[in-house]
Amino acid sequence: MSEMPPFVLFFLAAILVIGIRGPVRKIILLATPVIAALHIWLNIDPNILSTYSILNIELTLLRVDKLSLIFGYLFCLAGFLATIFALQVNDIKQEVSGLIYVGSTLGAVFAGDLITLFIFWELLSVSSVVFIWARGTERAIDAGMRYLIFQILSGLFLLAGALIHYQTTGSLVFEHIGLTGIASWLIFIAFGIKCAFPFLHTWLTDSYPEATPTGAVFLSVFTTKLAIYALARGFAGEEILIYIGLTMMCFPIFFAVIENDLRKTLSYSLINQLGFMVTGIGIGTALALNGAVSHAFSHVIYKSLLFMSMGAVLYRVGHIKASDLGGLYKTMPKTTTFCIVGALSISAFPLFSGFISKSMVMTALLKEGYSYGWLLALFASAGVLHHAGIKIPYFAFFAHDSGLRPKEAPVNMLIAMGLAAAICIFIGVQPQYLYALLPWEMEYWPYDMTHVLAQLQLLIFAALAFVWMTVRGIHPPELRSTNLDVEWFYRKLLPAGAHRGLIFLSNTRDMILKNTVAAMRNSRDSFFRWHISKYHLSESWPTGSMVLWISVMLVTYLLLDIFVYK
Amino acid sequence: MQEHISLLLVVIPLITALIVAVLPRGILPWASTLVATFICVVLASMQLWEVINGGVISYELGGWKPPWGIEYRIDTLNAFVALIVSGIAAITLPYALLSAEKEIPPHQIPLFYSAFLLCFTGLLGITQTGDIFNVFVFLEISSLSSYVLISLGSKRQALTSSYQYLIMGTLGATFFLIGVGFIYSQTGTLNMADLARILPEVTELKTIHTGFAFILIGLALKLALFPLHLWLPNAYTYAPSVITVFLSATATKVAVYVVIRILFYVMPSGFMATIPIGDFFVLLGIAGIIIMSVYAIYQSNVKRLLAYSSVAQIGYMVLGIGLASTAGVTATIIHLFNHALMKGALFMAVGAIIYRIGSCRMDNIHGLGRQMPWTFGAIVIGGLSLIGVPGTAGFISKWYLVLAAIEQSAWISVAAILTGSLLAVIYVGRLIEALYFKPATESQQNLKEAPILLLAPTWVLVFANIYFGLDTELTVGVSEQAAQALKAIVK
Repeated sequence: MSEMPPFVLFFLAAILVIGIRGPVRKIILLATPVIAALHIWLNIDPNILSTYSILNIELTLLRVDKLSLIFGYLFCLAGFLATIFALQVNDIKQEVSGLIYVGSTLGAVFAGDLITLFIFWELLSVSSVVFIWARGTERAIDAGMRYLIFQILSGLFLLAGALIHYQTTGSLVFEHIGLTGIASWLIFIAFGIKCAFPFLHTWLTDSYPEATPTGAVFLSVFTTKLAIYALARGFAGEEILIYIGLTMMCFPIFFAVIENDLRKTLSYSLINQLGFMVTGIGIGTALALNGAVSHAFSHVIYKSLLFMSMGAVLYRVGHIKASDLGGLYKTMPKTTTFCIVGALSISAFPLFSGFISKSMVMTALLKEGYSYGWLLALFASAGVLHHAGIKIPYFAFFAHDSGLRPKEAPVNMLIAMGLAAAICIFIGVQPQYLYALLPWEMEYWPYDMTHVLAQLQLLIFAALAFVWMTVRGIHPPELRSTNLDVEWFYRKLLPAGAHRGLIFLSNTRDMILKNTVAAMRNSRDSFFRWHISKYHLSESWPTGSMVLWISVMLVTYLLLDIFVYK
Repeated sequence: MQEHISLLLVVIPLITALIVAVLPRGILPWASTLVATFICVVLASMQLWEVINGGVISYELGGWKPPWGIEYRIDTLNAFVALIVSGIAAITLPYALLSAEKEIPPHQIPLFYSAFLLCFTGLLGITQTGDIFNVFVFLEISSLSSYVLISLGSKRQALTSSYQYLIMGTLGATFFLIGVGFIYSQTGTLNMADLARILPEVTELKTIHTGFAFILIGLALKLALFPLHLWLPNAYTYAPSVITVFLSATATKVAVYVVIRILFYVMPSGFMATIPIGDFFVLLGIAGIIIMSVYAIYQSNVKRLLAYSSVAQIGYMVLGIGLASTAGVTATIIHLFNHALMKGALFMAVGAIIYRIGSCRMDNIHGLGRQMPWTFGAIVIGGLSLIGVPGTAGFISKWYLVLAAIEQSAWISVAAILTGSLLAVIYVGRLIEALYFKPATESQQNLKEAPILLLAPTWVLVFANIYFGLDTELTVGVSEQAAQALKAIVK
C-alpha cells in the first residue's frame, strides 16, 4: 500500500464514475481527494522511492520529499474545494477529466524522473482542455485548440530536453538541473510555457476566461502551480528567473486594469502572482524558496476563491463584463463577502494569507540586495491591490447599479467559497502551521512592526489612489474593448503576413506560368507543325508529374552515387 | 506440418482464392476467407514463436537446394511482418462482411474476396520468400490484385485512381525488376542469402550501384515515399473502406520491410555508406513528415486526410531506416507495427461513418460524434495514438525514433519528428472539431451508432493501441531482436 502513487486513486475513480450515476458519483468525486490526502499523510513515508519498469527504463512513479509533499497536500485540498464548487454540474466529461487532471498533477508532483514527469505533463494538457471545450462556444473551442497546441508544445520541449539530458548525462532523475547546455534550456522553456513566462503567457489569458464557470477554478490551480513546483525543483537559484519573475509581476498589471472581462483580469492577475513565486525561486535562498512555495499554497486558495466568486456570478448572470455588472451585493451578499476575503488575501492585507507568504519573497529580495527588484515588487503589490483587490469586488458587486438581481449562488458553491475563505483567514492568522510544512529550514515570522506598517501604508495609499482616480474620473473606464497582447503577433500579424506572402507567391506563380505557358504554346505550335504531333501525347497531369519525379530522383541518386559518394 | 508452415502461409490463401472465386453469392465466400485468414494468423504466430526460440528457418521449395531452387527463409524480422499482415487481415475480415455488402455490388462479392485473398497471398509471399526475383513476383501478385480491389470502390473516381495506381505501381515494379536484372548479371544468383555472400566481391562495379538505385527507387514508389506518393491519397480515398483499412495497414509496410531486407541484409556491411540512400531517406523522410502533415491539415475528405497522414508516417519509418543504426531500424520496425494499429483503427472508424451516411467529407460529418459515440471514441484514441500521446502505441514509436535520432545527434530529424506530432495535433483536432463541436444537420440528428460487427474489430484495434502503448514486450522485444540480427548495420 505504501508504495502506491496517489494518482492511481484518481485514475481508478475516473474509471469508476463513468459507470455510476446519481449521488454515489458525487460521493466518489468528493471522496477521492480526501482519501488521496489521507493516503499521502498516513501511508506514504517520506523518502520512499517506488519504481516501475517500462521501455527498458526504470520509471520512478513515487518520490517523496518535503517539497513534493506540500504540493501533494495542496493539490488534494484544491481539488477537493474545486469539486465541491462544481458539484451541481452534471457533466460526465468534466467530472472524469477533472479527476484525471488532478490525478495527473499529483502524478507529476511525485514523479522522480523526467519521463514520468513528461507522461503526466501531457496527460495534464489533454485532460484539462475539456474544461475549455465544455463551454461549447465557438470562441471556447478555438481558444481550447490554441491552449492545447501550447501545452503539447511544452510537452515536446520537455521530451526533447529529457532525451538530450539522458544522452549527455546518462540519467533521467529529476533533480536540480540548472541552466547548462541545450537540454536544460529546452526543459526550462517547457516549464516556462506552463508557467506563463512573458511572451509565452498568451495561452493562459486566452483560454482561462473561455472555460466553463467551474472549469476555470480547476484550471487556475493546477497547471501553473505544477510548473512552479517543477521550477523550484529543477531551476532553484537561477538568476534569470528573478528578472523573468519581476517582468511577470509588472506587465500584467496594465492589462488587468484595463480589461473588461473580469475573469480575464483574474487571469492576468494570476500571471502577476506567479511572478512573485518565480522571483522567489530565482533568488534561491531557503527563505525565498519557502516564500515561493508558501505563496503558491496561499495563492491557490485565494485565487480559486476569486475564480469561484466570479464563476458564481457568471453562473447566475451569464456574462462577466465589468461594464455591465454592478450592484450584485444586494442579492448575492454571501458571494460578495467571500469575494472580498479573497481580494483582501490577494492584496496581502495582514491577517490574510497573501501577507504571510508574499512578505517572505519581499524580505528575501531586500536581503539579497535586489533593491530595485524590491521597488518593482512594491509597485506590483500596489497594482495587485488595485486590479484584483479593489477592481474585482467593486465592479462586480458595487459600482453603479446595473439593475441585475440574480439569485444567491447555489449552496455547494457557497460551501466551497466559505471553506476557501476560512482557509485564507486561518493561514493568515496562524501561519505557523503552514510554515511547519515548508521544505527548507528557516527562521521567519511575518508579524513584526515594520512589515505590518509598511504593508498597511502601501495598501492604504494605493487604495487612496484608486478612490482619487475614480472620483476625478481619470480611472480607465470599463469598456467593451479588445486589448492587444503579444498573441496579436501570431493570431493577426502572422496570418496576415502569411496571407500577403501567399498572394505574392501566387501572383508570381501566375506571372511565371503565364510566361511559360506562352512559351510552351509557341513551341507547341511549332511542334505541331512537325510530323511527330500525330502521335498521342495525352497524359493526365498527376501521373505525368509522378513520372517526372521518379526520373528526377533516379538521376539525382545516380549522379550523387557516381560523383559524390565514394 | 510444423516444417511446412512457411509454405502453407502462402499456399492456403492462394488456394482459397481460387475456391472463393467459383463459390456462389451469399455468406460462403466471406466465411471461407475468414477461415483462411484465421488459419494464417495462427500459423504466423507459430512461425514467429519458432523463429524467436529456434533461430532462422530455411525451407526449400520442391526440394531444390538453394541457391538454385527458391528458398523461403524466415528470421525474426519477416516472421514479425508476416504476423502483422495476417493479423490485420484477420481483424479486417469480420469488419468486411457488412462494409463490403454496403459498398460492393452483390454479384462481385465472391470476386472481391478472391482478389482480397490474392492480395493477401502476395503480401505474405513477399515476407516469406528468400529469393529476390520471387519478391518481384509476389509484389506483382499483390499489386495487380490491389488495383482490382481499389477499382471496386463505389465512386467513379475509383476507376481513375486505380488506373493511376496501376501505371505507377507498374513503373515501380519495373524499376525493381531492372535492378534485379543488373545485379543478377554481375552475381549470377537471385537468392538473397547467396547475394549477401557474393556481393562484397563486386561492390566496386557501377552496374551493382545502378542496380541498387533502380531497386530502391522502385521500392520508394511502392512504399509511397514523398514525393513519389501521388498514387496513395487517391487510392486510399476511393477504395472500398475495407480495402483502405487493409492496404493502409499492410501494403506500404511490406514495401518498407523489403527495403530493410535489401539495405541491411542483402547489401554487404559498409556498402550503405558508399551510396546516397541513407541521406536520401533522411532528407525525404523529414520533408515528407512536415509537408504531408501540412497537406493533411487542409484536406476536406477524412479518408484523404488520413491518407496524407499515412504518407507523413511513412516519413517516420524511412527516417529510421536512413539513420542506418540498430536503434533507427528498431524504431522503424516498431512503427511498422504501431502504425498498422492506429491507421487500421482510424480507417475502420471512418468506414463505420461511411456505412451510416455514405460519405466522409468534412462537411457531412458535423456533429456525428454525438450520435455515434463509440465510433467517435475510436477516432479520438486512434488520433491520440497518431499524435503520440503517452499511454498509446504511437508514443512508443516516437520515443524510439527520437532516441535513435538523438543518438546520432541528428537534431533536425528530432525537430522534424516533434514538429510532425504537433502538426498531427492540428489535423486530428480538426477531425474532432468537425465530429463533435460542429452542430449536426437536421437530417442527421437521429443517426444510429454503427453496427456491432463494425465496432468490435475497430475497438479490438483501439485496445491494441492502448495495450501496446503500455506493454511493449512484444513490439520492442521482437523489433530489437530483428534489428540486431541484421548484420549489415554498422552503427
